[in-house]
Amino acid sequence: MFERVRELGRSGIDVCSEMGRAGIFLIRMIFRRPRLIKVFPLVVEQLYAIGVLSLIIMVVSALFIGMVTALQGYHTLSKFGADTQLGQLVALSLTRELGPVVAGLLFAGRAGSALTAEIGLMKTTEQLSSMEMMGIDPLWRVIYPRFWAGVISLPVLSLIFTAVGIYGGYVVAVKWLGIDAGTFWSNMSASVDFHLDVLSGIIKSIVFAVVVTWIAVYEGYTTEPTAEGISLSTTRTVVYSSLAVLGLDFMLTTIMLGGW
Amino acid sequence: MQTDSLVTIRDLHFAHDNRSIFSGVNIDIERGKITAIMGPSGTGKTTLLRLIGAQIQPDKGEVIVNGQNVHQINRRELYHARRDMGMLFQNAALFTNISVFENVAFPIREHTNLPESLIRKLVLIKLEAVGLRGSANLMPSELSGGMQRRVALARAIALDPALIMYDEPFAGQDPISMGVLVKLIKTLNEVLGMTSVVVSHDVPETASIADYVYLIAEGKVVAQGKPAELLTSSSPHVKQFMQGLPDGVVPFHYPAKDYIEDLFDV
Ligand SMILES: Nc1ncnc2c1ncn2[C@@H]1O[C@H](COP(=O)(O)OP(=O)(O)OP(=O)(O)O)[C@@H](O)[C@H]1O
Ligand SMILES: [Mg+2]
Repeated sequence: MFERVRELGRSGIDVCSEMGRAGIFLIRMIFRRPRLIKVFPLVVEQLYAIGVLSLIIMVVSALFIGMVTALQGYHTLSKFGADTQLGQLVALSLTRELGPVVAGLLFAGRAGSALTAEIGLMKTTEQLSSMEMMGIDPLWRVIYPRFWAGVISLPVLSLIFTAVGIYGGYVVAVKWLGIDAGTFWSNMSASVDFHLDVLSGIIKSIVFAVVVTWIAVYEGYTTEPTAEGISLSTTRTVVYSSLAVLGLDFMLTTIMLGGW
Repeated sequence: MQTDSLVTIRDLHFAHDNRSIFSGVNIDIERGKITAIMGPSGTGKTTLLRLIGAQIQPDKGEVIVNGQNVHQINRRELYHARRDMGMLFQNAALFTNISVFENVAFPIREHTNLPESLIRKLVLIKLEAVGLRGSANLMPSELSGGMQRRVALARAIALDPALIMYDEPFAGQDPISMGVLVKLIKTLNEVLGMTSVVVSHDVPETASIADYVYLIAEGKVVAQGKPAELLTSSSPHVKQFMQGLPDGVVPFHYPAKDYIEDLFDV
């Protein structure tokens, strides 16, 4: 009995200290002031690997999500004879929810896992150690550019996701279901508010970007240097960041709907 | 002992998960000399080099490199101090995403602002020294293990560090490249005055270039002296190791329970 309680306490302390370490790690990433001339090309290189290479999966998924949202929406709206509001429904679901959230989940699966595996393998093969011994801080040279590239990429990818999704919805609504294109767009632009809808989506995606990239690089950097260690960290990255995205989405939505 | 030592290790204690690796090690590495660290596999030679480079913290004792206690200085000072250290890792540890040339150029690019033409010359000189100039444009994965280690050596000496630590530089080398590496280590030491620490099992090669040898076993320095002294030593530890005898006071096996008992244990 006491043994159980003690174990519970111990794992509680472990979780807390781990969170503390990860928090310090994040603060270091954010408040570090490196020399821009050196760091800029590194960030650009990572923007390509993390952002540009994630583009295709984002665009394809966004098309499908937009199309299916339009189809489902039409099905429901036409029951109430409100099918002219389809544009509004598609745009609002995508800007406020689906865009940032699905992009965040896809990003965790595509880029987050890749980041963790790459950094973890660099650690396992002692590439990070050898960098340390050369007097180059891997936190600065390897982790920092990847972190910022992730933080910059995801909001941009989310915006692209939303735009492409809306286009997918448009294709289904106008070309297929026969809704008038003028009605589709004008209803949409009349009802989507920049502050309430677009901005809140952007804020969400920035928060997701920080959290997902943070989890990914931290898991990679602290991985246990074995094959199982890497596989475990990669799994953890995907699981933790997906849960974090969904949980934070709920919290942010509550705040935004309540406060604004 | 000596007055002019670059690295001074005093009363070093270190344990990996409660398994004691070092218990009270004292070592002096003299400036401008080649010091060899020898000992059975698994005694902690690699661990010792990591402790000198302050990649891991000792439980007790101090490591002074160039007048600084590397385990007490802050991160910034430590990274600065490491610029004057080179380390050849036991398993090469090349950056797999860039070419051989870029690997050797990496520390130069990071720490200096030299023009590209000069970097090219420096890199080619280092690669030529290890006999791999022709492989400059290959990727590390296209090299054999022995070749990778030679590239790693070229990278470790890229900036001519004051202290260089070689973790088993001769492992996996054929007799020809072994001879070249032995000469290279000697030359770097003589011409550039690099203080060198060589961890190696190759007794004749190491003895031929080392100025001083430490033999560690079971967490302690069991013998030290000039190579000639150790080769002719009558101490059982030293004799067994230097002459490679399987039976003697140094156990070949990792600590375990009785063999027969273990085999028939169900
Ligand atoms: N991460 C670790 N966790 C626990 N024990 C470790 C770890 N790394 C090394 N050890 C133990 O520390 C001891 C010393 O390891 P080290 O790699 O320093 O040996 P070594 O003298 O370099 O051996 P070799 O000549 O085979 O390279 C070994 O017995 C090993 O079991
Ligand atoms: Mg070793």
